[in-house]
Amino acid sequence: MPMVMLRENAAGDMTLYVAKKDLEDVVTSIEFDQPDKWGGTITIGDGTSFYIDPLDCPPKLPVSLRARRG
Amino acid sequence: MSTMTTEQTEALIQEVLEVYPEKAKKDRAKHLAANDPTLEQSNKCITSNKKSLPGVMTIRGCAYAGSKGVVWGPIKDMIHISHGPVGCGQYSRAGRRNYYVGTTGVNTFGTMNFTSDFQEKDIVFGGDKKLDKLISEIDTLFPLNKGISVQSECPIGLIGDDIEAVSKRKSKEIDKPVVPVRCEGFRGVSQSLGHHIANDTIRDWVLPTRDNDNSFQTTPYDVSIIGDYNIGGDAWSSRILLEEMGLRVVSQWSGDGTLSEMELTPKVKLNLLHCYRSMNYISRHMEEKYGIPWVEYNFFGPTKIAESLRKIASYFDDSIKEGAERVIAKYNAEMEPIIAKFRPRLEGKRVMLYVGGLRPRHTIGAYEDLGMEVVGAGYEFGHNDDYDRTIKEMGNATLLYDDVTGYEFEEFVKAVKPDLIGSGIKEKYIFQKMGIPFRQMHSWDYSGPYHGYDGFAIFARDMDMTLNNPCWGKLIAPWKATGSEAAAKAA
Ligand code: SF4
Repeated sequence: MPMVMLRENAAGDMTLYVAKKDLEDVVTSIEFDQPDKWGGTITIGDGTSFYIDPLDCPPKLPVSLRARRG
Repeated sequence: MSTMTTEQTEALIQEVLEVYPEKAKKDRAKHLAANDPTLEQSNKCITSNKKSLPGVMTIRGCAYAGSKGVVWGPIKDMIHISHGPVGCGQYSRAGRRNYYVGTTGVNTFGTMNFTSDFQEKDIVFGGDKKLDKLISEIDTLFPLNKGISVQSECPIGLIGDDIEAVSKRKSKEIDKPVVPVRCEGFRGVSQSLGHHIANDTIRDWVLPTRDNDNSFQTTPYDVSIIGDYNIGGDAWSSRILLEEMGLRVVSQWSGDGTLSEMELTPKVKLNLLHCYRSMNYISRHMEEKYGIPWVEYNFFGPTKIAESLRKIASYFDDSIKEGAERVIAKYNAEMEPIIAKFRPRLEGKRVMLYVGGLRPRHTIGAYEDLGMEVVGAGYEFGHNDDYDRTIKEMGNATLLYDDVTGYEFEEFVKAVKPDLIGSGIKEKYIFQKMGIPFRQMHSWDYSGPYHGYDGFAIFARDMDMTLNNPCWGKLIAPWKATGSEAAAKAA
């Protein structure tokens, strides 16, 4: 269960950062991206995916969340 | 030797790896690479932040060095106890040259060494009592200290002392913050974990103290300098530029910094991050908790400074943008004669760098401003994200080496034949004796500052002074020199 941090980079894209692994990459897909449901499987640029328990609304960035390996 | 192709660089790496046993060779091969600037991510070509190989010479430090020496140490009005045996603190005392103003021993304590000086009996019976007594003594002898941090050395973690409990109790007693830092040297693979641990303790013990206190008068132009340790005065020569363009620098982390400056940082509008490696953690935290954006900048060499000043200004209104242009115009005029003087003397010279976690990429621009070329770079304790940022700055097929061993570095230098090497004290004399000009790029070789425009003038002079020093032509005794060498020297 790593902690991941989601933030916006200078170009305005959402990135996912895993401090323990120095992994920071652009989010390429989010399973649920609706106003009332946000999260699920998140895939990043290098192909790794994480699972975040869906939230009730899109979070305000940046935010740290618990994630599972997706 | 002209620039190498990717094949040549790879062949060189193979050649150097030849001497290792099979397993070591496999491990080290992952840490060496020929640069490919088209890559977006470094993990495709280089592995970093892994345990050093037993049996080779590594130049890394320990987590205690990262916390006490780098992050906490420069906070000048706090007393940092090197908790454990005397050596760790004593041998690193005042070696880093992070300048500060104040009266040492009265209201600032930067160059002093405080230690609990563990003896056998402390290891056997535990050192908590000693720590308790030590903190009381410190507060009696140095009443103007603003707080105390307890920097654990290896034995503390091994014998299981409860420094947190002692710190909490003493903090109440002396009514000042006492911060326990679990930065025992054996944690992690290098000093880099020490930076992280130190950042986390600042996050937990320092930043929240003023969360509900809004008495500090803020302005829309408040910024803080994060990750500048004021080596030889670096933070000062950076600070004046920011102030000149109209910003207000609230805090300096942590060179010449104070505890209250750090506590006030959550009130600023923008965090300016110089050393990404050692303080990105706290910047990310402040972005999340306090909504303060952070921006990386680079104050080495006029090109990069101008770029950075514009980048910083883009976060503010037009008055700051104009301020940035004014500063750039003013100092560029000052820089022209300096470049005109030194560039012809340094043009085309090739440099190899091997420094900590930032300078191998940050100084590239400054060398380029002088017409020099960086042909090899590596980090002692960089992580993947550092290499991500490096591969774009470096030329194609240049050498990248992570946690390079003494042997590899020597072999690379013999093959690449750079005109100048920038690294640390541990490498200095080896290469000087090999007849290669060398500058210490950790401590600026007792010179500095190198940041900012004023710093660049000193940087240029120092590089010229080292490279064009007449001593390099005198390494062969005159009676041993053959005719052609003697002629070359005369010319
Ligand atoms: S590794 Fe341990 S004993 Fe060595 S300097 Fe670091 S803290 Fe001290």
